[in-house]
Amino acid sequence: MLRSLVKLQSRVGNVLSLSSVCPRGQLCKIPLNHKAYSTATSERKKFYEDVSISQGEGGLYEINLDRRKLKTPGGKLFTVPNEALAIAVATEWDAQRDTLKFYTMHLTTLCNTAIDNPTQRDKDQMIKAALKFLETDTICYRVEEPLGLVELQKNEWDPVLHWVEDRYNVVIGSSSSILGPEIPEATKDTFQQHLSSYSFWSLTGLEYVITQLKSVVLSLGVIDRHLTVEQAVLLSRLEEEYQIQRWGNVEWAHDYDMYELRARTAAGALFVHLSSESSTVKRKLLQD
Amino acid sequence: MAALQSPLRACRGILKELRAIQGPHYKQSPAYAYVMEQFRKNKPEVTGERYCRAQQEALHASNTYLCLLASTRNHLALHNLYHGKGERAPEEVAGLVGLRLPTQPGGKGWEK
Repeated sequence: MLRSLVKLQSRVGNVLSLSSVCPRGQLCKIPLNHKAYSTATSERKKFYEDVSISQGEGGLYEINLDRRKLKTPGGKLFTVPNEALAIAVATEWDAQRDTLKFYTMHLTTLCNTAIDNPTQRDKDQMIKAALKFLETDTICYRVEEPLGLVELQKNEWDPVLHWVEDRYNVVIGSSSSILGPEIPEATKDTFQQHLSSYSFWSLTGLEYVITQLKSVVLSLGVIDRHLTVEQAVLLSRLEEEYQIQRWGNVEWAHDYDMYELRARTAAGALFVHLSSESSTVKRKLLQD
Repeated sequence: MAALQSPLRACRGILKELRAIQGPHYKQSPAYAYVMEQFRKNKPEVTGERYCRAQQEALHASNTYLCLLASTRNHLALHNLYHGKGERAPEEVAGLVGLRLPTQPGGKGWEK
């Protein structure tokens, strides 16, 4: 809106110096107390040169753009519990050129969601939502024809399903009916117990991964490091890959979707790992 | 099912991506310092075990980060290639078929 004001006034012939009207996105003499970036749909230009991290109070890490601290869209200070995540977010901001493309900054988005919690949810609600998704898990839905796809689903999805059932000692079936598998209560209880040991940040990440992969089983596979991100994305898109092999690949749709899915899943998985890790270094005496 | 890349490939991949992001000064970035420190810390000679869980976790995390960097770069490249152009201005559209837009010297009624 400020920009259109400037245009109108300059048409009338007034000469306004840049320092009295401050359009957004350019260097401003007024100290910026508002958020470091707005949620407007117009593109924001890159308004900083350097990105660095610093450790604030409580051991939390903050991101500095030039000399201003990064804030979330909700107005809170952007703080991260560990250094690795802070460095990764700083690299995302550093990777921007000319304009800020927020759709490439997945880790930043995840941190903002975790800090702001715009939908005001708590851990129990998130766990319940994740378990609800189990009933419509992609891995559990099998087709009956074409036969090639049935075989593919059996060969690729069954091992992962068995792995999850063994690891968590649960029963999840697969079914080809429209209603999906019946998940017994014991399974849900086991998962609920397991998921409640995760922190709120880790659950935010896990929910993101589940939403992207459309499968709880695959998400657990990635989080437990049984699958790589590429494998999980491949399994999630199994039917699409089958059709691509049959009918051909369309780069601007298939590859685009695949890379976007990979990026988002990798961001979510990394977010969960970094939010739940803790490392200590024990020094052993050299015994040689 | 574990098709993890070796640590050397993962490390080289991450450094290549960082170089693509940051240009010639990528060695001064905090990301470079952190990545090198992590790889050095988890080398097999240091931890002294053949199958070390922390090593496997670190390897998986490095592969995940490599996947993240590579896929965002590819996604952005594909976006710019296929979806980034937007619409043409009305003058250009008219020019495609050899027409010109009409001009009204006094401006249209609602313009000043």
